[in-house]
Amino acid sequence: MSVSEASARSRLLFARGGIISRGWRISWACILGLAVVLCWLGVAVLGQAIAPHGNGQIVSPDSFAPMTGAFPMGTDYLGRDMLSRVILAARYTVGMSIAAALVSSFVGATLGILAAVMPGAVDSVLSRLADAIIAVPNTMFALVVVAALGPSTPVLILTMAAMYAPGTLRITRALALNLSQSDFVQVARARGEGTPYIIWREILPNIIMPIMTDFGLRFVFIVLVLSGLSFLGFGVQPPAADWGALVRENMLGLSFAAPAVIFPALAIASLTIAVNLVLDNLPTRIEEE
Amino acid sequence: MLRLLFQRLLVSLLLIFLISLFVFGATELLPGDVAEVILGQSATPEAVANLRHALDLDRPAIMRYAEWMLGLVQGDPGVSLVNQRPIAELVGARFANTLMLAGITVAISVPPALLIGICAAIWRNSVFDRIASIGAVAVMSVPEFLVATLAVVVFAVNLGWVPAMAYATEITSLGQLVGSFALPILTLGLVVASQMIRLSRAAVLTALQEPYVEMARLKGASHRRVIWHHVMPNVVGALVNAAVLSTSFLVSGVLVTEVIFSYPGVAKLMVDAVATRDMPLIQTCAMIFAASYLALATLADIVAIIFNPRLKFQ
Repeated sequence: MSVSEASARSRLLFARGGIISRGWRISWACILGLAVVLCWLGVAVLGQAIAPHGNGQIVSPDSFAPMTGAFPMGTDYLGRDMLSRVILAARYTVGMSIAAALVSSFVGATLGILAAVMPGAVDSVLSRLADAIIAVPNTMFALVVVAALGPSTPVLILTMAAMYAPGTLRITRALALNLSQSDFVQVARARGEGTPYIIWREILPNIIMPIMTDFGLRFVFIVLVLSGLSFLGFGVQPPAADWGALVRENMLGLSFAAPAVIFPALAIASLTIAVNLVLDNLPTRIEEE
Repeated sequence: MLRLLFQRLLVSLLLIFLISLFVFGATELLPGDVAEVILGQSATPEAVANLRHALDLDRPAIMRYAEWMLGLVQGDPGVSLVNQRPIAELVGARFANTLMLAGITVAISVPPALLIGICAAIWRNSVFDRIASIGAVAVMSVPEFLVATLAVVVFAVNLGWVPAMAYATEITSLGQLVGSFALPILTLGLVVASQMIRLSRAAVLTALQEPYVEMARLKGASHRRVIWHHVMPNVVGALVNAAVLSTSFLVSGVLVTEVIFSYPGVAKLMVDAVATRDMPLIQTCAMIFAASYLALATLADIVAIIFNPRLKFQ
């Protein structure tokens, strides 16, 4: 190992196009995306503490006021502070989407691995079921369920999880099937390891990274669907509001481009684009380049 | 090849059957049932029982499903719960409106998007490719209503070229026609085009990395010859497949677009039906969308099978 390589492994190095740390190259795009995502996560957690005004508090006589020092994002259709509304809505958009994506990835990955290690009836039932759910257009699937069960938070989270779990199932099954043919799994089988050991110690560690990437993708899809549902009026219900609901309630301001309708839309876009930036520019090992 | 096509069609039929079970089953999921939803909380048990009988809800679900399915196939999906009008009448004209919106969008957005996708792949890593790829990813990773909102802000508010919201019910001039259609079509067109650019770029890039392309280059074939004689014939199937697949994104895009621009189509009808919980109307609209989506997906697969040169001589 040369001197420069040793130093690259031990500490942060600023290089062209990114940072090098412990043998990993992290691009600026990835850092920027991560920063935005962490920032929104922080806002979602700290919401109540950092919002300058309360959620329903009417602070200005003007509705759809422009951006000013006192109200950096203007005011909404009732004269409430938009900055506080956007900060408080982050909890719903980010929180519900993470919950739905976690359920979706966990269920999808578990069933996917099961389908891979249990060929035959289990596999074909799970795979066909996944195909059937994928064949239903997403927003319509959600609309039918919401029409029947009403738009409560658990219904929304479980509906979105059910919409995206089949995609994860397919990917995980394909990855796990590939691995189960590999030499090290064959060796483990030959030395008499049981199925749980093979799943836990041989297959899972090797597919955890693609599953995490898939989790990020599902999260983006779910944010978009949840915002779309709220925008149509079938997502988060008043007095609570997520970013999609904020766009919906301020639609009247659209004809004169009020900041109240632009900022929540930009909040959604910044979150989804940031996650995409991270996923498209994941850190790479220097040896692999 | 015929066997493959037949199998694919059979799968689609099976899927539409499963979807119809799901859509019909959703009404059974209702806490209580439709009769209770219509009459509200203060209804007497007798009133609920009467309405339940009038709506045939006291008969077994499987019978009602069979009748609903038969009616749907025969073009008589029943009566709206809210205004008692036949659903066929409510849906009919609006379906034509939605098809027109979708048709114009596809005709306008797919050809340029195809060209952009192919050029981006051929000139990989050029400035053109960067701009096209980033633009496509940007449109794909934001909600459809953001695209629509930005279109309104830019073209209606700032530039003043078209009216912001109004859908003209009586169109008297060509200018009005263009005006009321421009923004919905622009919004949907961008959604479809972004998918189309990404898919067609990927298809051509995959073909460009095949060994036979390298072989043709090594033989000394010119760049133009490699593209037109070696790559293009092999990606036609993939490109048509991409075009059909990106068209299927219309199904979700059209929901938001019709609502924002209050366009009188099936999607707006369905959203209004969900708001009033008019279950028979929701079921019919949902089946229309699911069937359209499935038809497009099936078409994409059929095109892929037909254009696959490996299957040609079997």
